[in-house]
Amino acid sequence: MILEVREVTKRFGGLQALTEVTFDLAAGEILGLIGPNGAGKTTLFNVLNGVFPPDRGRVIFRGEDITGLPPYEVARRGIARAYQVVRPLNDLTVRENVMVGACFGRERLPLSQAARVAEEVLAQVRLDHKAHHLASSLNVAEKKRLELARALGAQPYLLLLDEVLAGLNPVEINAMLETIRQIRERGITIFMIEHVMQAVMNVSDRVLVLDYGQLIAQGLPHEVVNNPQVIEAYLGDPKMTQRLLEG
Amino acid sequence: MWQQVVNSLTDGFLLGFVYGLAAMGLSLIWGVMQVINLAHGVIITSGMLATYLMFLHLGINPYLGMLLVAALGLGLGLVIYAAAVHRVISAPHLSSLLATFAVNMIILGIFNAVFGGDQNNVDYSLGSLSLGFLNITVSRLLAALGAVLFCVFLYLFLYFTRTGKAIRAVSNNREAAELMGIPSAQVLALSFGLGSLLAAVAGALIATIFPFTIFSGGPFELKSFVICVLGGLGNPLGALIGGLALGLLEGLIPIWMPTSWVPVVEFGLFVTVLVVRPSGLLGAK
Amino acid sequence: MRALRQPGLWLITGILGLWGLVILFLDDPTLRETSFTLLMFVALASSLNILLGYTGYVSFGHIVFFGLGGYLGFYLVAVQGCSLYLAALAGGLACSLLAVLIGLAVLRLRGAYFALATIGVNEAARAFVSNFTPFGGATGLSLDYSVYDLYGGSLKALWLSFILVWLISLAVVVTSYLVKQSRFGLGLMAIREDEDAAMTMGVKAPLAKTLAYALSALFPGIIGTIFFFKNGNVEPHDAFKLHMSIETLVMIMLGGQGTVLGPVLGGVAYERLRGYLLVSPLFKSLHLALSGLALLLIILFVPAGVVGWLRRRFPKLRGVLE
Repeated sequence: MILEVREVTKRFGGLQALTEVTFDLAAGEILGLIGPNGAGKTTLFNVLNGVFPPDRGRVIFRGEDITGLPPYEVARRGIARAYQVVRPLNDLTVRENVMVGACFGRERLPLSQAARVAEEVLAQVRLDHKAHHLASSLNVAEKKRLELARALGAQPYLLLLDEVLAGLNPVEINAMLETIRQIRERGITIFMIEHVMQAVMNVSDRVLVLDYGQLIAQGLPHEVVNNPQVIEAYLGDPKMTQRLLEG
Repeated sequence: MWQQVVNSLTDGFLLGFVYGLAAMGLSLIWGVMQVINLAHGVIITSGMLATYLMFLHLGINPYLGMLLVAALGLGLGLVIYAAAVHRVISAPHLSSLLATFAVNMIILGIFNAVFGGDQNNVDYSLGSLSLGFLNITVSRLLAALGAVLFCVFLYLFLYFTRTGKAIRAVSNNREAAELMGIPSAQVLALSFGLGSLLAAVAGALIATIFPFTIFSGGPFELKSFVICVLGGLGNPLGALIGGLALGLLEGLIPIWMPTSWVPVVEFGLFVTVLVVRPSGLLGAK
Repeated sequence: MRALRQPGLWLITGILGLWGLVILFLDDPTLRETSFTLLMFVALASSLNILLGYTGYVSFGHIVFFGLGGYLGFYLVAVQGCSLYLAALAGGLACSLLAVLIGLAVLRLRGAYFALATIGVNEAARAFVSNFTPFGGATGLSLDYSVYDLYGGSLKALWLSFILVWLISLAVVVTSYLVKQSRFGLGLMAIREDEDAAMTMGVKAPLAKTLAYALSALFPGIIGTIFFFKNGNVEPHDAFKLHMSIETLVMIMLGGQGTVLGPVLGGVAYERLRGYLLVSPLFKSLHLALSGLALLLIILFVPAGVVGWLRRRFPKLRGVLE
């Protein structure tokens, strides 16, 4: 087990964001995380990568308790994250963006090696032709790929993807899914939040379902989809239910 | 001895109202558009100068002239907003900081060229009032009353007029306000003008109490920062209370320490509050 | 070292190096004095740039290190009879240490709050020094002119001051360049762009910021000592001029923040402009207003500064215009 999450609980004032969330993640897996809006998915990610600590519970990564460590310590241990709302380092070039990931990630590479890693990664996400352009000059889809590239540059053991498919057209989605599969083939474990149902069902080995901060189901994609509790959770959200049933 | 203390405190308390008024101007602008107006000091100076010049050359009573000063302050604020702030309102904070600072330099430079650095005095003394052992200068009392008057005006304006409500809406959530049809650019300009108005009037009131030079606005600007941080940036009531607190503090310190230590305490407090509770003692917007 | 092969570094050090040598060769006191001021501001602007341009933390009160370092160094020379070199070094190192301490508190703030805090620190320092008797209180300290004899007389002391400032400015520029090209610098720039994202990527922001702050405080401390040594006296009013702090800011913005060449060009251009305005009978009284106007125009229309604009317009020149 690369990641063990035990009874993670988080409260914001009057809002119970996460309640005793417990699950395991096996090395090399692609684990999907779905749930209606506001279910606490991003909050869970924030706890995992150290943005804030949980009120209760533990996060154990590769045998080490990393609960409450600041984000840069978590990154050093090999967890990288691609944000839902992209955060490019605007005034730096695409290449420099990825180099930051490589220099300060798991391997802590010196500049020259980081540059080489950056070039490889950019080729992988098909952004190599824009390597020397400023990050601010990219379009949305390219910025999403950059976000992914930066996370990959850190050569993580575990990659947290937060809605990387949002805002992409079907062609771009397929390309991204292919990239995700390739990433897994290189041995990186992936934990991804997604709303694009058929995509997440297609690519995940297992799926977790979060609703109002609680884990209401986990298992194989087709099991989860047919789980009555899951369907009920989404029935409160008709658009979601539609997508769920279509997937 | 304690008579001295009470006198000192009263003086400080009364001055505190004026401090509070000035700080409210700064706080309002920050609250509405997240801009720290580094031209604040020079606007205060404008109020001082306007009162002095009107009194000297036109014989206008400094207290009645306050309305004119208010209008001038409003106009000045609108001009500054249009010329310098509007373009950088959505840019990183540094840009608006530097833009307002540049305006400060420009206006100060012009004042320096036209008026020079001499001291000026609005010679309109009204004597002093004695209440038992309490000795209050009438000008200080009137200044405090003037400040209170303008505070009340501000409150009424913000809470009971349509424009005031528009300002509060924009301050709360600019995008939502725009979606509701509120012309945010005009509201922002008006808010800046309003903040400027308060600063100018504060300057006018100060001119009735103290002599001043064109550089006098600076220390009051710094005091406004301290007050706003104490009371919470964006919280006008906090600014008023902070002003009173600072006034009291200034009245209190010289009793035990040489007056030259006042800035040390003020700025020490400033940095401490910024670090420990950046949202201010009363909570910011 | 990779950095040594870059043309940008050689361009800047070459110009500065040549400049100093030319002044020394010409042996002209007026040129020396002008150059002293120019190089001093180049050094001050470049130091602040490490904090402001690279890390994105806007310090309005950075002059506090010039003042405190200058006071300490001057005190060591004038009162304790230390050698200028040791005193300057002490002034600089003390400032770095102070920056670490102050940074513990103020670096937790962001944006405008940080800027305000730095103003507060500067004002507090000035007020404190005005009351601090060992440093002469409100009247400050004076140097007995016999101290200059230790350095070969007043004239030699003036030349010595110039040479030291020249060498320091070279050191600052080289340091600035090395930082920019290093992994440390990359981390700083990541912080500037998005501090939270940078931390997610593994940049140890609190440590990096503190180091940047300490580094940016070192050279102003040294320069302060040299300046006041040459001046012969030091007063609170002169040492903590907020206005001087802002002028360094303007120089960085004018030349281009976040570049090595920017503060150098900005420093030279601004000081030359100011010098010209002060001498010209027409503009003398308006120099403050015109400087303000220049700053405003830059902020509104060319926020990247001259060098920044050139780098965007001509990407091929990026290797040279660092």
